[in-house]
This record gives sequence, C-alpha cells and structure tokens, in this order.
Amino acid sequence: MWEYTDKVKEHFLNPRNVGELEDADGVGEVGSMACGDALKLAFKLDENGNIADVKFQTFGCASAIASSSALTELLKGKSLAEAEELTNDDIAAYLGGLPKEKMHCSVLGRDALKKAILNYRGETEAAPEGNLVCECFGVTDKQIEDTVRENGLRSVEDVTSYIKAGGGCENCHQDIEGIIRRVHQQTGDAAPGPRKLTNIQKIKLVEETLEREIKPALRKDGGDIELVDVDGGTVYVKLIGTCANCSASELTLKNYVEEKLRELVTPELRVEEVRQ
Amino acid sequence: MSRMIYMDNNATTRVAPEVVEAMTPFFSEYYGNPSSMHTFGGTVGRKIAEAREKTAALINANPDEIIFTSCGTESDSTAIWAALKANPQKRHIVTTRVEHPAVKNLCEHLEKTGYRVSWVPVDREGRLDLDFLYDSLTDDTAIVSVMWANNESGVIFPVEQIARATAERGIVFHTDAVQAAGKVPVDVKASPVNMLSLSGHKIHAPKGVAALYVKKGTKFSPFLIGGHQEKGRRGGTENVASIIGLGRAAELAAAHLQDGTGHVRGLRDKLEAGILENISNTLLNGDPNMRLPNTVSVSFEYVEGEAILLMMDQLGICASSGSACTSGTLEPSHVLRAMGVPFTAAHGSVRLSLSMYTTEQEVDFVIRELPPIIERLRRMSPFWKGASCNLQ
Repeated sequence: MWEYTDKVKEHFLNPRNVGELEDADGVGEVGSMACGDALKLAFKLDENGNIADVKFQTFGCASAIASSSALTELLKGKSLAEAEELTNDDIAAYLGGLPKEKMHCSVLGRDALKKAILNYRGETEAAPEGNLVCECFGVTDKQIEDTVRENGLRSVEDVTSYIKAGGGCENCHQDIEGIIRRVHQQTGDAAPGPRKLTNIQKIKLVEETLEREIKPALRKDGGDIELVDVDGGTVYVKLIGTCANCSASELTLKNYVEEKLRELVTPELRVEEVRQ
Repeated sequence: MSRMIYMDNNATTRVAPEVVEAMTPFFSEYYGNPSSMHTFGGTVGRKIAEAREKTAALINANPDEIIFTSCGTESDSTAIWAALKANPQKRHIVTTRVEHPAVKNLCEHLEKTGYRVSWVPVDREGRLDLDFLYDSLTDDTAIVSVMWANNESGVIFPVEQIARATAERGIVFHTDAVQAAGKVPVDVKASPVNMLSLSGHKIHAPKGVAALYVKKGTKFSPFLIGGHQEKGRRGGTENVASIIGLGRAAELAAAHLQDGTGHVRGLRDKLEAGILENISNTLLNGDPNMRLPNTVSVSFEYVEGEAILLMMDQLGICASSGSACTSGTLEPSHVLRAMGVPFTAAHGSVRLSLSMYTTEQEVDFVIRELPPIIERLRRMSPFWKGASCNLQ
C-alpha cells in the first residue's frame, strides 16, 4: 500500500473543483488513458486577469486526483504570471509530499497548467523538442534533460518517477543514463565550482542523500545515522546502533558519509559527529 | 478495523480456526526437534509424518513425494533449479507469459545467464496457446513450467494434457499449483506432473509454509543444502507448527472439495452477475468456462484501479488490481497485457477473490457499494461521456 499523507487522502476522497467549466478562458489536457493518467484543467479569469474559477477532470490514481485538486486550490485568485511560476514541487509540497514513484502526478498538474495558459493566449504548444527516447511514453531527450536539470535527478529510476520515461520496455535505459551523465557534466562545466545551493536546498539534498544512499548502507550493518543540524558547510550527525560503538565509526563518517555527501550534495561539505 | 469484507483470497487467506487449534500445542508444549533421539522429539516427528500424509492426500500423492518448504517461491525455485541441474547439458526452458513472478522472474534471470526461454502466449480470454507450447519442445528442453491456474484471471490451464505431452517426450514438467490446490481438484496421478508447488497461506494455513511434490523417480537435488531433514532434500529445521497447520488446512481443503465448491462458486457467480449488470462498460477478464470458482476479474473502463481500491478500502472492502499504479511500475499487470486487455481497460482492473468464509451479505454489500464508487470516479474522468460511450 502506498504511504500517502493525510492531505493526499483527504483531497482524493473530497476533491475540490471537479467538473467542467463552461466558457472557460483556458483549457489544457495532458496524458492519456493508455498512460494510466490524464488531466483536463480549465480556468476562467476575472476582470483583473486573476483566476476566478478553475475546474479539473482526472483519470488516474489517488495521487493524480489529489494533485489535480491541490493544483486547483493553489491556482484560485492567482494572476497568470503567478500561476506560471507554479512548479510540480509546489503541488507536492501543498499535499505534504508525494511518494517518489508518484511524483509524475504533480508533473502532470504542472503540464496541464502550462497547456491551459498557452491555450488562453491562443498559442499552440510546440511539439516537444528533441528526439524521442522513451517510445512507450513518448518522451524526448529534451524533456528528460530539462527534468533532470530542474529536479537534480540522479538515476533512471528518478527520471521514471518524474516523467515516466523508461517505465515501459526499459530499452531506453542506457540512453537515459547517458542524458543524466551529460547534464551533470554540463552543470559541472557551466558553473566553475559547485552548483549554487540555497540553504533550504542544501538541507533538503543532505536529507535526501542520507535517506536514499547512506542510511540503507549503514542499516545493512545494523547501524544508522540521524541528521542533527546543518550549519553553513558543516553537517552534524549522530551515529546510532552498531555504528555508535564501532571503532571504525570515524572512518565511516569521513570516508563514507562525508565522501557521499560531497559527491551528491556539494564538495565543500564537512561532516561532524555529535556525541551524547 | 470496524467492518472488513475480505475479497482478496488469491493474495492470502485467513488462517482457519481449526488450523490455529491444531498448531497451538506445537509452540510451547510439543516443541521438540523432530530430528532428536528422545521420545519428546520423536512425537513431533510422527505429527509431521501425519501432516505429510494429509498434504499428500490433497493432491493424491504419496507422502514421501512431499517436501515441506517455506513458501511457494521456494518450491518453484527448487523445482526449476533441480531440473536444470539434473540436465546440465540442456539449455532450454518453456514457460508461459502469465506466470507468477516466482517463476517469471526466475526464468528471466536464467535467460540473462544464457538459457533460452520460450514464453507461451495466451489469448484474449487468458487461454494458453498449446500449439505454441508443443512446438517449442525440443531435445534441448530441460523443463516445462506452467501454472495450474492463474492468480489474476483465475483461468485454469490444461495441465493434464501438457503433462502427458511432456511425459511422452521425457521432459520434466513442473506446475505452480499455488492457486489451484484446495480450490479445484488436483490429482497428480491423473495429471502426471513431475513436480508441483503448493502454498499454505492460500489454503487457510499460515504464511511461511509450503510444499513441493516431487514424483518418485524424478531426478532431484536440494536447493537448501544442510541437515538431513526432508530426507536430505531440504535442509533446515522443520517449521513444525506451520507444517502441522498446513496438514490440517490440506485436510479441511480436501473435505471442502468433497462437499463441493458450490457455495463459493454460487457467491462468485452472484457477485460477477451483480457487477456486470449494474455497472456499464465493464469487461470480464478470463475464460468464463475454465476459471477458479472463487475468482472474478473485471475491468472498469474510464477509471483507474488504485483509485477504485482506495475507495473500496474506505468501506472496508479488500480487493486487488492489475493497474500500473498499484504495483509501483508504470505498466499494468503482465497477465492482463499478455491477454491483450487494452491498456485503457487494464488500468481499471479489479480482482475479487472469495473463500469459504465469504457470506452472501458481503457479496450483496459489494454489489450495492461498488456501482456508486465507479460512478463517482467516472464523473471525475475526462474520458467519461455517459453510459453509452465507447472507447475510441
């Protein structure tokens, strides 16, 4: 069973703003039944150009319905300029987070919004740029590249969670890996030194790396690690379980934890252990 | 939980009270090791022998042809590895596209390590392409592994026919009968398979115990090498209480088959008819004439399975789905896709599987509560244009 937040469940069971909108100013449709989820979003503007009403129709799982509902709530009263700033992360954050495998539901919302705004302006969406990489879900290299860059994705699995590419026949996995490598090389080349992270981004990334990479490895040996604080370039952690009493804990900390965080977050990090 | 209507018996079953009763003394009263020399352990050994007789009787086998294992997956793995080791020069495996992951993923793994695998397809109703199967058999074929009945569609395969064809050619035949045992008559003398897997928790015994039938004379080598338990065919101290439980459950299942499975079949038919009559644009998955009596698999067009399951869950109804979203992958179940169920319908599939504990009130409740759920989700769906709409 998926671990949905209460907010996701609540929005799934009592979705806001379901239905069609007559005389809509902008309508956006994304996804298909074959893909497993689809969303139709319609909005109406008031005399000041702010979103007065917004409605959705969704075919999909609980998190797709909840993401659509959240999106409509986020949009109400916003100007188009503000609406354009909305990201899939905002949708996920509004719901208190989504399981990683369900992030594509929030991406679906953002895409429908983009399309609806284009529709309002009378523009048609340019065909997705680039070459088709994932034939199963019709995703191009350009789309994968953008998503990898925007969300700092590191693995094929991440890419699949966000835009489904690679989730079908798996024939394109090598291509996706190539794109990920290329993007990270480029970001490395483009900005001399590490990529600039805000404090919040840094903390989030440290947390993610601990959860995804470091904790599972330590748990295999019966240990664990807890994040205590992040202060500037210093990450304070507490070692737990067998790690706490392990004579090699200093080595674990410097050679493994610090190395991993430097590799995946930013090279200027230092790890310090907090002892009780 | 306040009210719970359990219609997911192909996933797992409630342990029968009679089974719990039979098991209970074997935790802190008769806790001896059956391998021990003393009388205390020997008593336990005799009880295991009885459980073996009862398990064998369920499938008309001889007791010494039964090996107790820890799960259906272990039984399947043991069977397939044993056949491959017995014929190291043979590098070909025949199986189906709709096997349980216990067989499917193992065969995919073997494919990567150099074995050639023929994947027998099924038709729209989930029936095996027997010609394909027979044409695949070669002198290089080490094993044929075909499930007795499919867990998702409930379709029963012609195991007897396949067993005769493979026997004629001297090819080892294994069948995963985890879904069939206890639900339909399974007779290894009438259907001369070489090996057969069955699992406790599908027949009201606990999780963590299963059996592998190995026909006398079949070349065998153990998967778990260790002590002399199970006559050296499966090392490891016996899971005594659970084995006793499996024996008792097998006995109950045999009695249940004797009395006829009319009760379960009747309720399933009522449930199925009730769903198909009250909900438009619903497809039945699987051959209606050759199905497990407890299983109904349907696809609701225009809606997605996970959403249906979670709404049912709100009412305490437990079921499962072949939808992509329930599995953590992006594609609907390999079984429904092999059957050629269109993606558009496969995403909205729901499987309800009954047991002898299912009541008519529960069936009536589901028939009453399911239509509004589908209706509600369809009203949310951008593709739904009313009951008469057809998929493009």
